[in-house]
Amino acid sequence: MASGLHESSFTNPVVRWIDQRMPVFTMMQKEYGTFPTPRNFNYFWNFGALAMINLMIMIATGIFLAMNYTAHTSLAFDSVERIMRDVNYGWLIRYVHMNGASMFFIVVLVHVWRGMYYGSYKAPRELLWILGVVIFLLMMATAFMGYVLPWGQMSFWGATVITNLFSAIPLVGDSIVTLLWGGFSVDNPTLNRFFSLHYLLPFVIAGVVFLHVAALHITGSNNPLGIEPKGPQDTLPFHPYYTIKDSVGIVVYLIVFAFLVFFTPNYLGHPDNYIPANPLSTPAHIVPEWYFLPFYAILRAVPNKLGGVLMMFGSIAILFVLPWLDRSPVRSMRFRPIARWLFLLWTVNFFVLMYCGGMPAEEPYVTVSRFATAYYFGYFLVILPLLAKIERPLPLPESIARPVLRGGGPLPGAATAQPMEKA
Amino acid sequence: MALRSLKAAAKAVTLAATLALPLALGAAPAARAAEGVAVPDTKFSFDGLFGTFDRGELQRGFQVYKEVCSACHAMHLVAYRNLREIGLSEAEVAAVAAGYQIPDGPNDDGEMFERPGRASDRFRRPFANDAAARAANNGALPPDLSLMTKARPGGADYVHALLMGYEAPPEGVTVMEGMHYNKYFPGHQIAMAPPISSDGQVQYADGTTATVDRMATDVSAFLAWAAEPELETRRAMGVRIILFLVILGGLTYAVKRKIWARVH
Repeated sequence: MASGLHESSFTNPVVRWIDQRMPVFTMMQKEYGTFPTPRNFNYFWNFGALAMINLMIMIATGIFLAMNYTAHTSLAFDSVERIMRDVNYGWLIRYVHMNGASMFFIVVLVHVWRGMYYGSYKAPRELLWILGVVIFLLMMATAFMGYVLPWGQMSFWGATVITNLFSAIPLVGDSIVTLLWGGFSVDNPTLNRFFSLHYLLPFVIAGVVFLHVAALHITGSNNPLGIEPKGPQDTLPFHPYYTIKDSVGIVVYLIVFAFLVFFTPNYLGHPDNYIPANPLSTPAHIVPEWYFLPFYAILRAVPNKLGGVLMMFGSIAILFVLPWLDRSPVRSMRFRPIARWLFLLWTVNFFVLMYCGGMPAEEPYVTVSRFATAYYFGYFLVILPLLAKIERPLPLPESIARPVLRGGGPLPGAATAQPMEKA
Repeated sequence: MALRSLKAAAKAVTLAATLALPLALGAAPAARAAEGVAVPDTKFSFDGLFGTFDRGELQRGFQVYKEVCSACHAMHLVAYRNLREIGLSEAEVAAVAAGYQIPDGPNDDGEMFERPGRASDRFRRPFANDAAARAANNGALPPDLSLMTKARPGGADYVHALLMGYEAPPEGVTVMEGMHYNKYFPGHQIAMAPPISSDGQVQYADGTTATVDRMATDVSAFLAWAAEPELETRRAMGVRIILFLVILGGLTYAVKRKIWARVH
């Protein structure tokens, strides 16, 4: 073997030739083939792979849509309709892209929820978690700008409301809004820059996803027990065990996705967005897409504009510091008798906010939003720090292999259970 | 401590979350409907998940649009060639198109001119521009109907209800000059005069008796087709794709069980 070449274990001459010079096959084998993965994942661990697939679907369909879309205020709406009517299978590509955004948020929300329930954000996975929150923020920006592109009534008025939020920032707010608009109102320059950014950001997301996965492969995955694998008996090679388990999840995900696309393609949308944008006529209720509703409810719960904007961005920003707010050394909520119920309540509370966000800003929704907002933040700022001090966690199992090999039955008695790990 | 019950609880939460989502979303349209009057359900052949269009109904609906609605309402996203999809022959489409004078140009002399329509033309707009439309309609702008059933909550049911919803204003309600009372229109005051007012207003080419309800139903169906011309293809494709995925899912799950049997 010539010096400087990578020592490849592949025997296929073509693969070997490439691998010696650029060991991508060795890397794939290490990261996705033999990669030691906890053996006790449940189906919640599918959602990372699903999000990855979803991103690829969005980029693929988006590229074809961009070939037929015209980013101009007087042409955008009709160019989308031309895709729906005259482009071969254009309706399919567009409905996949449109519902793909909703599917992406469903998948990612479950993925984030799983991370919160099983404590995946805790040491040593803090950076992994932070990169995930960055992806979530980028997704929200991308989705918002994508919704503006068809230039319907909700596109236009949603863009007007959301960009106007920045005017609440003292001193520089108005300048920021002018910069976002590219002028003094939401108009053609706004549409042009949103289109440009909507095409750019998914590739930025792909980059951060790469970092997210790279970080994951250093710390390894968390698992439903929240304890680290102690040896080979606790792990399985990623392939074939998790490639096949992810495949099951992918097919189920595709069934749900296909149902939305083929049978209820506009269910998650708003009828007003099939009316061309009209700056002179404001819709009765300006409602953002469903995935923004919880945050929209937080925004409207605060009587002060700047306060509302800060709370809304704060509701995402607080996730960045979650690893330091929750100091309990026990990761999985399975072993946290109090936190578990309060987190499930937080989950219900999230849906309450979502519901209120879709309702007009009147009673009783405003008051309900206020209580729900208080609980949303209270969980992070009061409950979690307090529970780390006062909660008595249940005894943790000795290792992953033991309960798993017993078919998920009752754990051995307290005599064999270890006291909780003090990290 | 029973791990199994914890697992069951976690599963219940996922299920609840999945179910709560559509509920939360479903609440929004319900709230919108609450502002007006709930729109009654009309039976259409394309109702439900597997319904298809009734070609005869679409053709009658087109006749109602052509003879009544098109006097004021454009449908600029629909082309005459699209009428092939509702069962008109190539010759019939050419004849329908040729019945319209379409503005074109400029010609070699730099003049704009009108020529008989071709199958490739979009439906001719009744007015040259929005200002002309307003001028002819007491200041009100008749909306384009290409996407009407997608652009209103209730869709075709709403269009049908609106067409049938004209009645005398209830006591104590004064209708503004030039406006008409309509039970289903948001705010109840609509500028459009009752467009379908008497039986036999349209002489159906297929001999169907043209009752007011029949005409309103037919034209609503036609507008539903115009808004979603891909509906039948989409649903047929969806059935095949979901059947394929269900079988693929069963096979994938069987393989998963077999592989995991080694380590359980």
